[in-house]
Amino acid sequence: MTYVIVGAGPAGVVAAETICKLDPDGQVVMVGDEPDPPYSRMAIPYLLINNIDEQGTYLRKDAEHFGKAIRHVHGFASSVDAEAKTLHLADGRKIDYEALLVATGSKPILPPVPGIDGERVTTCWTLEDARKITATLKPGASVVLIGAGFIGCIILEALVSSGANLAVVEMGDRMVPRMLNETSGELLKKWCQEKGVNVMTSAQVESIEHHPDKAVVKISGDRHVDAELVISAAGVRANADFLEGAAVELKNGAVAVDRHMCSSVPGIYAAGDAACGLDFSTGDYSVQAVQPTAVEHGRIAAANMVKHGSVLHQGCINMNVLDTIGLISVSYGQWQGVEGGDRTSLLDRDRFRYINLQFDEDTLIGANTLGVTQHIGILRGLIQGQFKLGKWKQRLMQNPMLIMEAYLAATQGA
Amino acid sequence: MLRSLNINPDKCTGCLQCEMACSFENEGVFNPAKSRIKIFTFHEEGRFVPYTCTQCDEAWCLHACPVEAIKMNRETGAMEVLDSVCVGCKVCTIACPFGTVNYNQTTGKVIKCDLCGGDPQCAAACPTEAITYVDADATGLEKMRAWASKTDNQAHAN
Ligand SMILES: Cc1cc2nc3c(=O)[nH]c(=O)nc-3n(C[C@H](O)[C@H](O)[C@H](O)COP(=O)(O)OP(=O)(O)OC[C@H]3O[C@@H](n4cnc5c(N)ncnc54)[C@H](O)[C@@H]3O)c2cc1C
Repeated sequence: MTYVIVGAGPAGVVAAETICKLDPDGQVVMVGDEPDPPYSRMAIPYLLINNIDEQGTYLRKDAEHFGKAIRHVHGFASSVDAEAKTLHLADGRKIDYEALLVATGSKPILPPVPGIDGERVTTCWTLEDARKITATLKPGASVVLIGAGFIGCIILEALVSSGANLAVVEMGDRMVPRMLNETSGELLKKWCQEKGVNVMTSAQVESIEHHPDKAVVKISGDRHVDAELVISAAGVRANADFLEGAAVELKNGAVAVDRHMCSSVPGIYAAGDAACGLDFSTGDYSVQAVQPTAVEHGRIAAANMVKHGSVLHQGCINMNVLDTIGLISVSYGQWQGVEGGDRTSLLDRDRFRYINLQFDEDTLIGANTLGVTQHIGILRGLIQGQFKLGKWKQRLMQNPMLIMEAYLAATQGA
Repeated sequence: MLRSLNINPDKCTGCLQCEMACSFENEGVFNPAKSRIKIFTFHEEGRFVPYTCTQCDEAWCLHACPVEAIKMNRETGAMEVLDSVCVGCKVCTIACPFGTVNYNQTTGKVIKCDLCGGDPQCAAACPTEAITYVDADATGLEKMRAWASKTDNQAHAN
């Protein structure tokens, strides 16, 4: 059996390794267009602040890892002939497959403003971007970050710790609007402002003027900020263009997959940021675009590529953790709550601590926290285990910090 | 034969010796707040429940790590954090559904139980045998496993 995987990020690598385990006689080819060994985008912020070198971002530290059971081919997949089951590369090479995995991830979208294509503007998505940023990032350098979403906020941490003079422009009315509710998003903004970051919410970049020594970023409300470097983190889009000729159905710009991670075309699977997969909490299909989801997708897709129907995806819980200049925020599942469900929260504004729990009857379905780090994973345990909390729901309603106790009561009858 | 921690809450008196021993062994200080094993107190029920990582088969933490900083120690079966590789991204702390990986703000890395390399100090310190280190098969891991199978999303296909 010949398996071809397009994309050498976490989803692709985990899928390739899983296939090797499940079908040791299979041929596994992994095609990736980046020149570097497979690496983790997530580690880029730590590279920017010199906590690690480039090798520290590599998904697998053993230099010989790829090239044994997994053949790693450098190239850009340009189209798929689903009838002939052939993958075409941009340089003319062709690779025949029996099962194909689309693990091509996503790429940043640039906001359509004048000057966005200028020299001083970059995204922060690849190792190549990271090299460009490190070359400019010096203590005291003035930097404008467009977007305070999840990725924007992760970069923010690195930019601040490297001593940049930072201004952040976010379109939404708060920071990380897709991960934090009003209370926590607002508190995070206050935290950043107290640390000297100029955070503008409900604000839009209108243009970027390029001068020899600087760029001038014009912002709605007649504001402008000078910048040596502009970093754009304003959303992403799945890399699915190369599937155009293959009649693969897309949803939200990504490959629509079923619970076997199979697309509308038999034999073609998708995983990670490139896949629109099942969400555990909502029962809907969505693009979560986070690392844990990419890995889970990779494993399930691989199992079904080896033996179709062998593993049914139960859905991924959307989960995020963010460290913003030392303030740690977390979100899980349906933190926005559901109609008819109860909610409870506890806020200590002065200490920047917050917890918000959402219930459906007496099961926990979502949460956000700020400044809570101990035993935080138990929120996943409670949500995914769908435990009926009984009297512990009332106790949580009164004191939402008792999550560990509630879990022990539910699982061990404590 | 792999051994694992067997926890019997009925025998726990809440003396916190285990937390002290753990924090001393791993952090060099007697500070329960830095312990990897934790005693939870149920005032109303008058119960104490020691709780730490079971080194579960699913190894959610290990699979969630984006940089291979969590590895299984083949001798003890423990999932160990390699400090030199951990970047402190905390994804393992939210991925572990047992809540047993914690972020240590002082070091910027995550910490979890590593069975003290095969000589768990919590068990050694426990005066009432509420925590013992025994053959893996004899422990109460079954409950955990039952839970894990409920949430099993992973590719255990044969
Ligand atoms: C700076 C940064 C920080 C992040 N931090 C976090 C975090 O803290 N937590 C978290 O959960 N997530 C984080 N993420 C998101 C996380 O990195 C992604 O969700 C994850 O990388 C998705 O994995 P993937 O394998 O689907 O895609 P990718 O990692 O994007 O890998 C896809 C690969 O496919 C290649 N490719 C694309 N098209 C083609 C083609 N046609 N032919 C050949 N190759 C192709 C790409 O170049 C890429 O190498 C972060 C992302 C960034 C950029």
